Amino acid sequence: MKILTGNDLRTGQVTWWTGQGWSIHVEDAVDVGDQADAIAAREEGARRVNVPYAINAEIDEKGGVRPAHIKDRIRALGPTVRPDLTLKPADPEAGNWVI
Amino acid sequence: MYRYDKYDQAMVDARVAEFRDQARRRLEGKMTEDQFKPLRLQNGLYLQLHAYMLRVAVPYGTLNAQQMHMLADIADKYDRGYGHFTTRQNIQYNWIKLEDTADILADLAKVEMHAIQTSGNCIRNISSDQYAGAAADELIDPRPYAELLRQWSSFHPEFLALPRKFKICVIASETDRAAMKLHDIGIRIVKNDAGEIGAAFYVGGGMGRTPMIAPLIREFVPLDQLITYAEACLRVYNRYGRRDNKFKARIKILVHELGKEEYARQVEEEFAHLLTQDIEPPLAELERIKEYFADPAFEAGASDEIDLSDPDFALWVKNNCHAHKQPGYITATISLKPVGGIPGDASAAQMHLMAELGKEYSFDEMRVTHAQNIVLPHVKKADLYTLWQKLDEAGLGAANLDSIEDIIACPGLDYCSLANARSIPVAQKISERFAGNGKTETLGELKLKISGCINACGHHHAGHIGILGVDKKGLENYQLLLGGCEGEDTSLGKITGPGFTEDGIVDAVDKAADVYLAQRQEGERFLDTYRRIGMDPFKEAIYG
Repeated sequence: MKILTGNDLRTGQVTWWTGQGWSIHVEDAVDVGDQADAIAAREEGARRVNVPYAINAEIDEKGGVRPAHIKDRIRALGPTVRPDLTLKPADPEAGNWVI
Repeated sequence: MYRYDKYDQAMVDARVAEFRDQARRRLEGKMTEDQFKPLRLQNGLYLQLHAYMLRVAVPYGTLNAQQMHMLADIADKYDRGYGHFTTRQNIQYNWIKLEDTADILADLAKVEMHAIQTSGNCIRNISSDQYAGAAADELIDPRPYAELLRQWSSFHPEFLALPRKFKICVIASETDRAAMKLHDIGIRIVKNDAGEIGAAFYVGGGMGRTPMIAPLIREFVPLDQLITYAEACLRVYNRYGRRDNKFKARIKILVHELGKEEYARQVEEEFAHLLTQDIEPPLAELERIKEYFADPAFEAGASDEIDLSDPDFALWVKNNCHAHKQPGYITATISLKPVGGIPGDASAAQMHLMAELGKEYSFDEMRVTHAQNIVLPHVKKADLYTLWQKLDEAGLGAANLDSIEDIIACPGLDYCSLANARSIPVAQKISERFAGNGKTETLGELKLKISGCINACGHHHAGHIGILGVDKKGLENYQLLLGGCEGEDTSLGKITGPGFTEDGIVDAVDKAADVYLAQRQEGERFLDTYRRIGMDPFKEAIYG
């Protein structure tokens, strides 16, 4: 599947296209099929996202969205070396999802 | 240290106002990202993996307490409570908001700081010896010349759009503590046979994907022609450096392709022309700058005695302190490499503490080192034990300078959008392995440097042991290099062979260390043994 990601223009925060807007949680991301460029152009033009781009992803064994490349998984969760700064600071297993 | 005059302050304040307007227009949609990107980069603002990243310039690594307190305040107020000291003697913040950036720059300007020249194809922040002005072995203090170069290069209209970024380093000791020959221009202040002080110019060094050691282009440039000669070096590069290929645009490629003799000839021709133009700054300006770098009020007759009866303190003194030019004083380095820690990271609380200690014990001066540590340059030996106790209580007392635990590591794939692999977890595992097996002290000086990509921000080419993270079919993989050195005997590391997984590279480093311990001769460092016995025994142990 193809999902769309970018950074919030004001905050720089990593965001994912949900089909209706942008979420900081990758599990909200939806398959954009062949619409990535059109959505990206529209959303960037409206300043709702900065530098959006499409990436490959898959549905993992728990039914969640998992970006194909480690770089995007680190973007999705946060730095592996600072679990306290990730989106799931209380989950000790969260880092395993990245690796 | 140097203090802004009204011109410096006006320039920085004007730049803040300009950026505030640029950011406002971007947020209001009056500029596209393509239009805005070069403007934000000129103010040190990158877009990284998790957020915007702001890189703040620390000219030649020198800070006072007020500035360090401000860096801590920015970490608390605008970031997530910490900062990362870099191999360019700067600091960067990883979680910055665009909408806050102008306010951050305004706060920095209040303490005579900025983020100019930390990005883009300009002359970057000037770097220098972290012991400048304090070292017992230096010829003169190089900082006034670093400052003169800073003033000359800031907003120099001719050099704002160079083929690529440009890094200059100035030192004044035989011992090179600043990787001088791995800069675009490395300047060593020297004394000639006639007893005159001048500058040797090494041009065309650098790391990155094509590492090169800068050749000596001119043995002696009179100090009153320093800027003129530097300008000649830049002019030849600006005229002939490649702009068609980003990967071949650094001056090292030009010098290599022309040959150092031809490059030097062209520089001499330009230099002769520039001498007729009288572009050298007036001597009075240099003298004004020098006044800021006068020695602090050292106590005459201060004792050279240090009570080393506490073994932990004695180890710290042995490893982390350096001879000072002034009797009764010493230079102390605060290691930002606790076992299992993140190299170069400091919390806001730690920054505040270092600021307080710098003010109380080091004449209000600190230095950032390219090895990502903090130096207190002028500590009275009588105060040293008290200082160490305070550092140790705060987790800043690691006695591991220049050891295998004192690892240089770039932010890597945990933070950097250019990285191919994570650097920090590898550094953490190696420091834990060697702290755990007790080999660190036995190994002595062993500089290990890790980069998460070929851009080499972690200086892997110059590590006695270097590690380069690469992407191998979507998986992190680590190449091992041996034999690099950034000192006066600069050399580039060689790759041992096939790469390793994250755990495999830690084992490989351990095996390389064991080869050294088994084969070393009296007085040899790891690097010396490697140079004597060569790569083969290491390869055999690692891959055999």
